[in-house]
Amino acid sequence: MLSGYSFNDLASIFVMQSFAGLILFSVFLLMALGLAIVFGQMGVINMAHGEFMILGAYTTYVCSYIFAQWMPALFGLYFFIAVILSFIVAGAVGMFLEWSLIRFLYKRPLDTLLATWGVSLILQQIFRSTFGAREVGVTLPDWMMGSWNLSETIQIPINGMIVIAITLLITIVIYGLLYKSGWGKQVRAVMQNRTMAGDVGINTERVDRFTFGLGCGVAGVAGAAFTMIGSTSPTAGQQYIVDTFLVVAFGGTESLGGTIASAFSISQARSILEFFLSGSMAQVLVLLTVIGILMLRPQGLFALKVRR
Amino acid sequence: MDTKSDNDVMNIPALGTPLLDVRGLHVAYGASEVLHGVDLKIGHGEIVVLMGRNGMGKTTLMKSLIGNLPIREGSIFLDGKQITYLPAYKRVEVGLAYVPQGRMIFPTMTVKENIETGLFVRGEKSVPENLYDIFPVLREMGSRRGGNLSGGQQQQLAIARALATRPKVLLLDEPTEGVQPSIIQEMAHTLKKIRDNSGLSIMVSEQVLSFALDIADRILVIEGGNIVHQTTKANVDVDLLTRFLSV
Repeated sequence: MLSGYSFNDLASIFVMQSFAGLILFSVFLLMALGLAIVFGQMGVINMAHGEFMILGAYTTYVCSYIFAQWMPALFGLYFFIAVILSFIVAGAVGMFLEWSLIRFLYKRPLDTLLATWGVSLILQQIFRSTFGAREVGVTLPDWMMGSWNLSETIQIPINGMIVIAITLLITIVIYGLLYKSGWGKQVRAVMQNRTMAGDVGINTERVDRFTFGLGCGVAGVAGAAFTMIGSTSPTAGQQYIVDTFLVVAFGGTESLGGTIASAFSISQARSILEFFLSGSMAQVLVLLTVIGILMLRPQGLFALKVRR
Repeated sequence: MDTKSDNDVMNIPALGTPLLDVRGLHVAYGASEVLHGVDLKIGHGEIVVLMGRNGMGKTTLMKSLIGNLPIREGSIFLDGKQITYLPAYKRVEVGLAYVPQGRMIFPTMTVKENIETGLFVRGEKSVPENLYDIFPVLREMGSRRGGNLSGGQQQQLAIARALATRPKVLLLDEPTEGVQPSIIQEMAHTLKKIRDNSGLSIMVSEQVLSFALDIADRILVIEGGNIVHQTTKANVDVDLLTRFLSV
């Protein structure tokens, strides 16, 4: 598969595909962070997580449309506003979903699987009715369009760097929230033992609602980032949910480090293999490797060593 | 069953208005009822030991008091407030604290973080120094993960976590289980010291008679989901208690 490329070509391909992998990594990581928090804390397998990402993508689309239409002077800044709005919209819808549906299903994981799958179908239809079945794409402001030429054969797109920067920022914020704040302490207590957390006076209902909202909000941000690499359609979320579950299962739900390492290795492997093989062969190879590793380490890549 | 000692109990002057007042408590798992109308009162600053063999309803009673099991019938008053239908975290707000059987430490959180989980309900920021004075080992182990402590240390951690909520009544479910004998004696001493210093009331469920006699102001015996015997420490009939506890 490597014949016909000079060493220089290969190096360039490697760097650019790695960078493309980094953008994929950003989307995976943001999706997986939300899913891991929600799954880890509540045991809720949120099949609608991909639709929350698409909700963020459509929010970004609407935002770019409004800016282009009514505030062309500020168009260069719309993406940052869109990221914040995506978080708020997806987070608010998430909190509403938790309040209206999920909280009644906490002790029935299989039912949440079905119920959230239903929610994902409902959301897809809402997207279809509102925005149409056809894909929509956002227009990027000029300053985000170009690329940075590292050498003659290596070009790094600017929008990709922005996406990665936003991902880094959000990962750091979530790490701070979970491990350095009082709220995070309550979340981790509920995650480890919901009943006991209530018994030491933690308002588990409120913690659940905010956590679910946060997970969905971060998926919304993933959606905003997603508009940079793909076009948005009502069912685009479906393609990402499987990969995201893979990332979460591979990394284990106990540590952020596991999620990050897992998202990184899966997206890089995918991106680099995809250049040389077909997309589906790359997918198969990655899947087989992950299954092999999970058979040896069922608890995921990073599990903490404690007695339970 | 033993009405004479029942009357003795009700006449204890210190009891006054009870701090915890449980009336006619019925609790069931699905169709099978486990508690058939439990009445009990705990006075201010009193240590009450609930004794009984396995499967008689000790843990069920404890769990229904803190709010982990729904109550079918009856009522619970704490400090004059009805708490029968409140979720656990609101009962903690009113002044109950609970150390469950098996301690239920948050295993991947550090010792310090474990204690801090009890602070939120009072909106406090840092662990009160006097908790570390009672359990110095917890200060030394502050950054260890809770799951990696020994049984006795975990028990101390669970009590410290419960005390961090500043309770009026502390519920302990079989605190001596899985703890070595030398530490059990120390624990009885510590619990009495906590009561003497802060004036809270303690209810302990227990099977070890020596520990119960060491710590109790009053002993209740639960059998088949009913309180069948009550006695003050002064009037305790050790033979009778032994008979209740033997299989």
